[in-house]
Amino acid sequence: MSTMEMPREISTRRRTKDRAFSIALWACVVVALVPLLLIVYRVVRLGLAAVSISLFTHTALPASFPGGGMKQAFLGTAMIVGIAVLISIPLGVLTGIYLSEYGSGRVAGVVRFTAEILLSIPSIVAGAFIWALVVVALGNFSALAAGIALTVLMWPIMARATEEVLRLVPTELREGALALGYPRWRVIVRVVLPTAGAGVFTAIMLAVARGLGETAPVLLTALGNDFVNTNPLKPTDAVPLRVYNYAQSAYPAWRALAWGGALMLLVGVLVLSVTARMLSIRQQRRMR
Amino acid sequence: MATIGAPPEVAPATPLTRRRRFGDRAFRWTTLVVSVGLVVMLALLLWVLADGGWRAIREFGLHFVIGREWNPVAGREVYGALPFIFGTFVTAIIAMVLAMPVGVGVALFLNESGSVWIKNPLAVLVDLLAAIPSVVYGLWGLYVLVPLFDHTVQPWLSASVGKVPVIGGLFQYAGPGGDLFTAGVILAIMILPIVTAVSREVVSVVSTETREGAIALGATRYETIRLGVLPTARPGIVGAGMLGLGRALGETIAVALVVGNSTNISASLFKPGYTIPAVIANEFREATSAGLHRSALLFLALLLVVIALGMATMSRFLVRRTARLVGDDVAAQEEAASSTLGMA
Repeated sequence: MSTMEMPREISTRRRTKDRAFSIALWACVVVALVPLLLIVYRVVRLGLAAVSISLFTHTALPASFPGGGMKQAFLGTAMIVGIAVLISIPLGVLTGIYLSEYGSGRVAGVVRFTAEILLSIPSIVAGAFIWALVVVALGNFSALAAGIALTVLMWPIMARATEEVLRLVPTELREGALALGYPRWRVIVRVVLPTAGAGVFTAIMLAVARGLGETAPVLLTALGNDFVNTNPLKPTDAVPLRVYNYAQSAYPAWRALAWGGALMLLVGVLVLSVTARMLSIRQQRRMR
Repeated sequence: MATIGAPPEVAPATPLTRRRRFGDRAFRWTTLVVSVGLVVMLALLLWVLADGGWRAIREFGLHFVIGREWNPVAGREVYGALPFIFGTFVTAIIAMVLAMPVGVGVALFLNESGSVWIKNPLAVLVDLLAAIPSVVYGLWGLYVLVPLFDHTVQPWLSASVGKVPVIGGLFQYAGPGGDLFTAGVILAIMILPIVTAVSREVVSVVSTETREGAIALGATRYETIRLGVLPTARPGIVGAGMLGLGRALGETIAVALVVGNSTNISASLFKPGYTIPAVIANEFREATSAGLHRSALLFLALLLVVIALGMATMSRFLVRRTARLVGDDVAAQEEAASSTLGMA
């Protein structure tokens, strides 16, 4: 921190100011970390109290009974995120390939700019868009619509992240394969993609972490459901939706379930994003 | 590095056959079409919202934005969105006022701290705040922050700062329940990571150049930052704030749970309010079949996306310009751009 040697002549006033400034910076760090600790502590404590087997194996009991669960929400989240992943992996990876392997012209610039813009739209806007486009057209809230709404958010994330990891692949590798007589597209599919494999996987994990915790777009498109639903064209529950609904509930048993669901969400999202981060650090080290 | 299998079945040094050229072309076109699909999707999004919101704006015109009455009851429909616009901006501004100093402070700390063993874990921890789902923030806000503020912070502020003329009006205690101030604090926590990350990039680009000069002149660390780093980094830091503001404007679930959802417009920050995303989330169910109500909500969504995009674009411009001012450090710019993405 104080790598520079201070000359003796520095006045007490200047020295005091410098010291005060250091303390202020430390204070900022503490202020930034306190909410994280408070949130994690509270969610873990109240969440653990609510987590039991029945959280995953039962749907809700009538409000006044303790216990019950949100089985339908876990199944619904799996279905919605599954649909989103199925749609957005091919779209995101192909866009990433275009940007990294072919993208130097004006079209690529526009695509890159669009991806950046899409990354900064509020997630509820993606929900409102698919609500007006798909839900109103089909006349029904559905897991499919929610999957599409999440795709709006996940596609640009995956595209930019894939582009970045593909760029880490050394050019010499491409040139070598081309020199051996491989056509360009097979160089990409059989050399570039496998080399960046872990990185592409990381990109997917980042996008899933984002989709998993989103509430607003899923609320506007899947609506929620008190019971298990396996039809992708029908209203479907999701863990964030259940937490949102139960958070506003007057019944202690349901509020307890909300904390249980929140803990599961937090664990899922944190595990995904920490793993993705560690993988990408390792990948970058390996490439350099 | 992964092992690369030897290319099978490829005859060496033959001229490209037609089939292979076709494969190349088809692959290239597939990736191009999919990529252009992303642009088409953004265009479609804007068109769907504009087309859907058109009816409300034709019906109410300017009144939609300045009107204070919002009544979706059929037959008596009036849509004036001022309370939502007001609440959206008030909460976002509170968030920015609180998050900016802390975010810039953390950025300076991370940049100045010599030890990688403190720096990296700290940066990761701050980033984790961005990973927490907004509904978890909302739940925590509703059951921890709202009661805490109702019983301690707000009565205390009301009794002290609330007595000061003029600005005291902002701090009148209004009883328990959610309010604009609590929503602003939650938003401040949520946008802290993005503000920190962008400020950090800006500051790190600037300081390598100016710092050495300032130190050579015998400046203390505080003076180096105050006179060398901050003035050069200012536009970029403003850009970081605008990106945070854009994020805060669009946050839905956490705000909907703690803001109180009341269409009254009042001077006190301790009174309940309402925001644009919250009203969309609360009313879309009733509006799915009804025409004018749906149109009003879609126009609000359009308003939101236009403001958020404006903020993001301006922020991007400011951050890039700061990076360029300091020298053509292309690598640093790329890094700044990519780390902003990583936060998304």
